[in-house]
Amino acid sequence: MATNLLLSIAWTHVSTRVRQTLVGMFGVAMGVGFTIMMAGLMQGSQIDFLRQLVDTMPHVTVDDERRSVPIQPADQEYAAVAMSNVANVNRRPGIRYPEAVMASLRSWLPGNVAPSVKTTAIVDHGGGKVGVTLTGIDPRLEVRVSKLATQMIEGQLGDLSKAANGIIIGQALAEKLAVKNGNTVLLAAGEGTQISATVVGIFRSGLKRVDEGQIYSLLGLAQTLTGENAIINQLRIRLNDPLIAQKVATQVEAQTGYKSVSWQEANADLLSTFATRDFIVLTVMGAMLLTSSFATYNIISTITHEKRHDIAIMKSLGMREYAVRRIFIIESMMMGSVGILFGWALGYLLCYAWSQITIFNPLTGATVPLQIYYSPMHYIASGAISILCCAVAAFFPARKATRVHPVEIIRGAS
Amino acid sequence: MSEIALQTVGLVRRVEGIISHTLINGIDLSVEKGEFLAITGPSGSGKSSLLYLLGLLDAPTEGEIIICGQPTSKLSEIERADVRLTKCGFVFQFHFLLPEFTALENVLLPMRAAGLMSARDMHQRAIALLTSLGLGEQAAKRPNQLSGGQRQRVALARALANRPEIIVADEPTGNLDTASTEQVFGILRDIADSGQTVVVVTHDAALAARADRRIHIVDGKIQETTFGGKPKSESAAATGAAIASS
Repeated sequence: MATNLLLSIAWTHVSTRVRQTLVGMFGVAMGVGFTIMMAGLMQGSQIDFLRQLVDTMPHVTVDDERRSVPIQPADQEYAAVAMSNVANVNRRPGIRYPEAVMASLRSWLPGNVAPSVKTTAIVDHGGGKVGVTLTGIDPRLEVRVSKLATQMIEGQLGDLSKAANGIIIGQALAEKLAVKNGNTVLLAAGEGTQISATVVGIFRSGLKRVDEGQIYSLLGLAQTLTGENAIINQLRIRLNDPLIAQKVATQVEAQTGYKSVSWQEANADLLSTFATRDFIVLTVMGAMLLTSSFATYNIISTITHEKRHDIAIMKSLGMREYAVRRIFIIESMMMGSVGILFGWALGYLLCYAWSQITIFNPLTGATVPLQIYYSPMHYIASGAISILCCAVAAFFPARKATRVHPVEIIRGAS
Repeated sequence: MSEIALQTVGLVRRVEGIISHTLINGIDLSVEKGEFLAITGPSGSGKSSLLYLLGLLDAPTEGEIIICGQPTSKLSEIERADVRLTKCGFVFQFHFLLPEFTALENVLLPMRAAGLMSARDMHQRAIALLTSLGLGEQAAKRPNQLSGGQRQRVALARALANRPEIIVADEPTGNLDTASTEQVFGILRDIADSGQTVVVVTHDAALAARADRRIHIVDGKIQETTFGGKPKSESAAATGAAIASS
């Protein structure tokens, strides 16, 4: 059957039933538009969060520990004998020959590596005490592996070198302890060491747990607090492409023997939550598109009901049943196609409007715009799903209508 | 020997249900090419049912319908549709024109569905048909802009579009005034005279009398056959029965 004829009949139907066609198109446009907005909003917020996370922490962290517990000499020597009350032999803390390891890694890493000393400490200011993670860094190398320098809201990274026992703290911690830039705080380490330190800078990463629980100092101060001079217990790697972190971590671990953790592994629970969130969002978006296709279903049902005489006459003239059915599916897809175009425009406008809205975060104290992610995939996927829904929504009423025996309709009319 | 355009052998149409009902009860009929056959009978006698069977719109419960030498009982629904498209032209009591299409587009519809001609040839033929039926000026009008008689003539033009062997008309003048009835019937007569077979169901005895042959149906059976207005015992039904037994 000539497709031109079917298109011509379908076009005549939709163009002469303007109100029904507009309602159908409106339904599809709303579904597609809001789906694009939802996708942009949800993915935008997720990507923004991940970007903050990735910017704030190293892409790969190499710690001075092994992934599995080393075999103890007693087990190695006397494997067949049960041993008890024998103290374990632990390796010496710190990464051995860190400079050599870093040089080796730099030879192939698609990124950069910097040494650090990680320990825990208690910050004491005016009686207020907060437990934090203290990371000793080399400011010259730190700029290559973290965005700390760009997250400074007071002072600079280089100020660490300008003051004795200088530290940089997060904004949330500063507010919690009522500390200002230039104040002196007391740092207490686990070994009982207590050191007076000067706040030389304040940063804001946007992540509360970092801004409240992470402080930075020079390597030397951190080493003093750990009681291990010249020790480097962590290498921090920043990659040009954060998405290959897992692969690189595996390679680094294989090369160095030290436990290397990618940012994905460190945040596996969070990423798992995102996967669940993605599933929920996809389900909701699918439901929106499906719901919008009900408008199409209703309209095609109405048209096929009103056109039953035409269907009967077309069949009696010799047009095949599936050809007549295709007319109504084409009509639905015509309405859907134009509706999708309007839906794309609506989706873009909604995304743009939403991106103009700013939200005040009472935890970070920052006012940030809603993050929208613009992706052609949102448009392609919503369009494809919508057109499929339109075709399916039209198929059933069209099939029902075209299955009717023409004689029944002709007799009814007579 | 004249050529047979349409033939039925032992045709039965039964409607099964809680109460079974036989619409057509063993009709043997043979219609020659170029013959004008009128089917008459009281309401519910089965004349329209017979017409729908002859035009392959409905399928018989038993028996065979042979159209231009082609048995149709074993054809699939798609093949039956193809036969309807190319060999049968339908005219109904209600014109059943597609309301959103112009007269010209309605006439073009079967030709476009068959796809046997170029677009130019189709257009030329549609215009020629409409002109020959006195509708040349109305080609661009939609059905709601035409009178009842004009609509029925457009329906006739549509039925003739694919040059079918057989024109099947169900009460084509049932809704028309006297003048339009005369006009439409005259056209059907001309069609038959030009060599196409015409089978018409009508209540109008005067019109039926102008057919080459009239069969009167009662209770799904041919009760009487009249040739050229005169009853004859050697009816076409007998011819059909003879073919069936041969």
